[in-house]
Amino acid sequence: MSGNRRTVTPAWLAALPAGWLAVFFVIPFAIMLAVSVAHRVPGGFFEMGFELDSYRRFLSPFFGGILLTSVLISAAAAVICVTLALPFTLFLSRLRRRGQTLVLVILLSILSLSEVIVGFSLSTLLSKTAGVGNFFVWLGLLEESRSYTPSLFALMTGMCYLALPYSVLVLYPPVSRLDPELGEAARMMGASPWRAFRTVTAPLLRLPLFGALILVFVFTLGVYLLPQVLGQPQHWTLSVHITDQAVFQSNLPFAAAMAVLLLLVSLAMVGLTLLLGRDKGAEA
Amino acid sequence: MSRTLRTAYIVLVLALLAAPLLVVAGVSINEQQSLRFPPEGLSLRWYGELFRTPDWLGALTNSLVIAAVSSLLAVIVALPLALHVWARQGWLSRGLYMLGVAPFMLPPVISALGFLVFWVSVGMYGQMTATIVSHGIFLVTLPVVTITLGLQSVDLSLIEAARTMGANRGKVLRTVILPLIFPYMVSGYAFAFVLSLNEYIIAYMVAGFTVETLPIKIFNSLRYGYTPIMGVVSVLFVALAALVFGLIGRFGNLPRLLGAERVDT
Repeated sequence: MSGNRRTVTPAWLAALPAGWLAVFFVIPFAIMLAVSVAHRVPGGFFEMGFELDSYRRFLSPFFGGILLTSVLISAAAAVICVTLALPFTLFLSRLRRRGQTLVLVILLSILSLSEVIVGFSLSTLLSKTAGVGNFFVWLGLLEESRSYTPSLFALMTGMCYLALPYSVLVLYPPVSRLDPELGEAARMMGASPWRAFRTVTAPLLRLPLFGALILVFVFTLGVYLLPQVLGQPQHWTLSVHITDQAVFQSNLPFAAAMAVLLLLVSLAMVGLTLLLGRDKGAEA
Repeated sequence: MSRTLRTAYIVLVLALLAAPLLVVAGVSINEQQSLRFPPEGLSLRWYGELFRTPDWLGALTNSLVIAAVSSLLAVIVALPLALHVWARQGWLSRGLYMLGVAPFMLPPVISALGFLVFWVSVGMYGQMTATIVSHGIFLVTLPVVTITLGLQSVDLSLIEAARTMGANRGKVLRTVILPLIFPYMVSGYAFAFVLSLNEYIIAYMVAGFTVETLPIKIFNSLRYGYTPIMGVVSVLFVALAALVFGLIGRFGNLPRLLGAERVDT
């Protein structure tokens, strides 16, 4: 693993991406930090300064409610999605390569869809005139078609729709790395499939599963549009309020302070998964 | 569990994921301007309408220009970054890699707000250049990851052989490494292109009121009443994504790109 043989680019060339990312990624974050402690000018943008007024608003019951809503919705979505994704990924990893590729193409196509399109599609699917209501009437389950959106149910459906393909892709590398022979050995020694899963596969996947839960949680914390399309105002999450404060209330300092909080939460969560991964490496 | 049951579970989940898209496809072929499924009267007129209505056509052009240029920017920045990190160890390399991976890992609202205050500060708020550069930064992670994967599969003895025969660094780069990682650059570009087309929050915060992209246009129309054109755009976007990822799957190794290590053929 000598570095010299691979050096095909001069060291100064790294300054190009480094500088580019510093100017357009690091500096925006620095400005955002500065704005979060800036003074709000009603009607305008902001005035540089140092005050903690925007952060002080976190202590209000209104904000506590937003935070609680965000955390509960994201946590529920993460648990549902990872639970559904685990068997899916296990079965997927046992398909042949062609089959795996086909499923991955479908998952990627859905995962890359704009939240706007997902929101529109689901609100159509749950609507009165074009939705499942018609289907239930046809089946004879309902007298008359009805709308299922906006509601908490619609919002959770949307969250899971976005996060399920993501959960599968997060679980895919560790699951595909599992040695299938371990499970087969357990089966040969007379373990039932469920027992083989519980005693051999599940312990190996404990850390990846925990990591996936956290990553999916962070992913759904970032959902900014579905609560507006599929949920009711009381279901608005932190991400929706950041957009709302920045664009419609023109309160950039408060929006920036909320974004800083969301950033810290996300970084802490991702840092936790990295730490867990390191422990696993030390054990092996 | 038997093979049939396993396949049935996969098919069931995929069918549930496909259901809303099928309904939207049905809505897009309604004859009248109404949101009905099953559609009433089949017609493709809304597909033509997308290209005839000036404001939808404008949004389509904006989206395509932004996606094409910003993905190119992302690849141009990602290539030297990945090459540097691949060849050198140390904190500088690790830091550079983190910087390349971070934009896509954070909740996009945060980056969107960062870009908003940045472009306001430099006085370019509301310009298409701002959207393009912001997307280029946001999506740089994808080519960084694909090119890094490509470099990991380069056989070091090839470089050794080229060096022994007297090729200098630049020549090794041009004649050995770049041809080997070119497919990975293309897939990085393709991933970034599809995601830029679909990206909403950054484009909206940076220039949403002046440079309308298709997702912004759909969301605005969603507020002011339905038109089947929204269904048309959704169908086209799904088709494009399936085409791009299908091509990557056909000519590349998609399971490996997504982190699988052992896959039976």
